[in-house]
Amino acid sequence: MSSNDLARGGRRGTARPDRAAWGFLLPFVALFLFVFVLPLGYAVYESLLKPIRSGPLGLGPATIGFAGLDNYTLALQQSDFLGSFGRVLLFGIVQVPVMLLLATVLALVLDTLSQRWAGILRAAYFLPYGVPGVIASILWGFLYVPGVSPLVDLLGRIGLAPDFLGYHGVLWSIANIVIWEFTGYNMLVIVAQLKSIPQELYEAARIDGASSWQTAVRIKLPLARPALVLTGVFSIIGTLQLFAEPLVIKPLTSSVTSAYTPNLAAYNEAFANNNIYLAAAESVILALVASVLSFGFLSLVNRKERGAR
Amino acid sequence: MVALLTIAALYFLLPVYWLVVASTKSSAGLFGSFGLWFSDSQWLHNLSQVFSYDDGVFWNWTWNSFLYAGIGGALATLLACAAGYALAVYRFRGREAVFKVVLAGVLLPSTALALPLYLLFSEVGLNNTYWAVLIPSMVSPFGVYLCRIYAEAAVPMEMLEAARVDGAGELRIFNTLVLRTMTPALVTVFLFQFVGIWNNYFLPLVMLSDDHKYPLTLGLTTWQSQADRHPELYQLTVGGAFLSILPLAAAMLVLQRFWRSGLTQGSVKG
Repeated sequence: MSSNDLARGGRRGTARPDRAAWGFLLPFVALFLFVFVLPLGYAVYESLLKPIRSGPLGLGPATIGFAGLDNYTLALQQSDFLGSFGRVLLFGIVQVPVMLLLATVLALVLDTLSQRWAGILRAAYFLPYGVPGVIASILWGFLYVPGVSPLVDLLGRIGLAPDFLGYHGVLWSIANIVIWEFTGYNMLVIVAQLKSIPQELYEAARIDGASSWQTAVRIKLPLARPALVLTGVFSIIGTLQLFAEPLVIKPLTSSVTSAYTPNLAAYNEAFANNNIYLAAAESVILALVASVLSFGFLSLVNRKERGAR
Repeated sequence: MVALLTIAALYFLLPVYWLVVASTKSSAGLFGSFGLWFSDSQWLHNLSQVFSYDDGVFWNWTWNSFLYAGIGGALATLLACAAGYALAVYRFRGREAVFKVVLAGVLLPSTALALPLYLLFSEVGLNNTYWAVLIPSMVSPFGVYLCRIYAEAAVPMEMLEAARVDGAGELRIFNTLVLRTMTPALVTVFLFQFVGIWNNYFLPLVMLSDDHKYPLTLGLTTWQSQADRHPELYQLTVGGAFLSILPLAAAMLVLQRFWRSGLTQGSVKG
């Protein structure tokens, strides 16, 4: 509030606040238009085109013509493209809560440890974030393939025969890779939030006779809420983007198809089938669904919060 | 509780441990010996193979990864800082609209943009150039968001006023005072962006066809995908993967303190 007032004071102080502000904004805004707005606009434009054959039997040279919404109807009629949305949805419903629960529990437990141990463990949990998704997938791929994998080896010795790459298992094997990569990162966001809580609050709770479990659930968890919202939004966005992990796992198993996730479907449409117009339509659909979901999640959380007050 | 923490630590460290062990083995050892213990150690031989294979293309990839992530991250941070600062301290027409657009940019998945970017860039002839990866890497809406929140809290308006009274121009104030005040936020934004670019795969995959422009992620998956036909590439993929995670893993361990202090600034205010 006070900063707003002061800023208005600043306005009187500067001769041309608009010009200065836009001067600082311009480089970012220009590039933003070039790499966010323009490509999306261009993709929308391309998605409305298609090659139109001419001549007898449609064998003549193709010209590019207006297609209306043909590409969209085509995309929405493809059962494997629709199926890919169902798949990432199922994936997200399971993977995001499991990961955030794990991250929250680890953050709460680390918060009770001594500085030194907490530091060492935090670093260990956070390490996978520094491993690129494709490298993590290559790594876990080796750990899933029978013959190389020590895990399959060990489980085999106690009489289990896990099929990490089977038709039903592979989705969860990919979920495991994503959980491995991002739990530590999400944990760190939550830890940061917990650190910003005034220590007096904990003191007060202890004096009131609250157990550390009660402190964790009644005080820390509600106060960590903003961090949970943030990690929730980014996890939902991440789920829809799922691409590198299935692409790397794909050569290892026939269970991952070329339209396994929406991104993979659009990628294959563009580069394997050379149908950039359909690929453009699929990208636009994906961008729309992603925005609707993350905006929806945010406004749902906001409404709940307002309701609670 | 101790059990939980230990199991979690094992889970997060096991694949990395496997990678270290596997990178020391020969191809025969990779497939023929127990994965979690050493068999035939020929580490130096493996690593020198990684660096010399295909005229040392691995060096290219490493250099490119640093180039994309370093330059892209630095420029993205500078642009985000200027934009976030402008949104925080100036009142001007269109301010709320710009901020809303930035927020939409935060929520839009970057890989949903990769294909549209490819379509556009191949139209203007930018695909398969360094720019194709660098230009999109310079834009970080999340960075703008973080910088705006940080600038609102940390840049004292009295300081700006005093500098203006002393006759300093807006740009000079930014260069001398604001950049210094905002350093903690800048470190956070730079780290985010650096790791994001370093880990990025989809964008270089669609943009680049010349393997001398590849970053590490793309190069190593190329090796992995060719390993069917050239079995020696299995060992090179493992060795290369090990080498490729060293710089960032080291950075993670050192910088996680830094990381933590800046992060709360970015929490969504629900």
